[in-house]
Amino acid sequence: MTTTTPPRTLTIRVLLFARYAELLGCARLELDLPFPATVSTAIAALRSRPGGESLPARLFVARNLEQVTDDVALEAGDEVALLPPLSGG
Amino acid sequence: MHLTADPIRIEELIAAVSAPEHGGLALFLGTVRDHDAGRDVTRLEYSAYGDMAEAECGRIVREATARWAARVAVSHRIGTLAIGEIAVAVAAAAAHRAEAFDACRYVIEELKRRVPIWKLETYADGTEAWVDPTALEGVIPVRQGGAS
Repeated sequence: MTTTTPPRTLTIRVLLFARYAELLGCARLELDLPFPATVSTAIAALRSRPGGESLPARLFVARNLEQVTDDVALEAGDEVALLPPLSGG
Repeated sequence: MHLTADPIRIEELIAAVSAPEHGGLALFLGTVRDHDAGRDVTRLEYSAYGDMAEAECGRIVREATARWAARVAVSHRIGTLAIGEIAVAVAAAAAHRAEAFDACRYVIEELKRRVPIWKLETYADGTEAWVDPTALEGVIPVRQGGAS
């Protein structure tokens, strides 16, 4: 009983804002991803949801409050946000 | 960084950066304009990714204060704003005006570039659009039946 089975999935929290929240019809959701997963894995899962096909080809993503590139690995419990073009100020 | 649904109080920002060793204070105020890309704007609605906005603005302020010997304070409104209201305020104070102006300019430019805040414009004809500085038209119309 000393062997442990590696997790097969990991769950992340996804936040959507502004136009992207409209496209997918919600502002937050939980996503179960196959392990291991990167930002790209999460984006692909979001694109396959209803409305996700309308997301633009180039997406800006933040992981745990910092912008990251698509190849960054995700961990269970990560907060991943899709950032539409910024227009503050 | 202070994200607030209430009107921005400039005097609080000024007090936050004031110090006896400062001889110059620059204050930038961004206000709601009544037109954008040739259309009459009647109001703006700001939304933000609050936690990241605070984190990113903190990074920007630390960059500014490391580069210039200045003290900086920032406030940004969220929610619905009328024409003429202050949407964003940046106060920067330093021993001399050059550092105060430079730090203030740096912070507002980086804020617009990096802080996750979004602007929904409502026009005189009742239609709405998300402001998108990267789009050809500058805005993306809200689809009918959209979430907001």
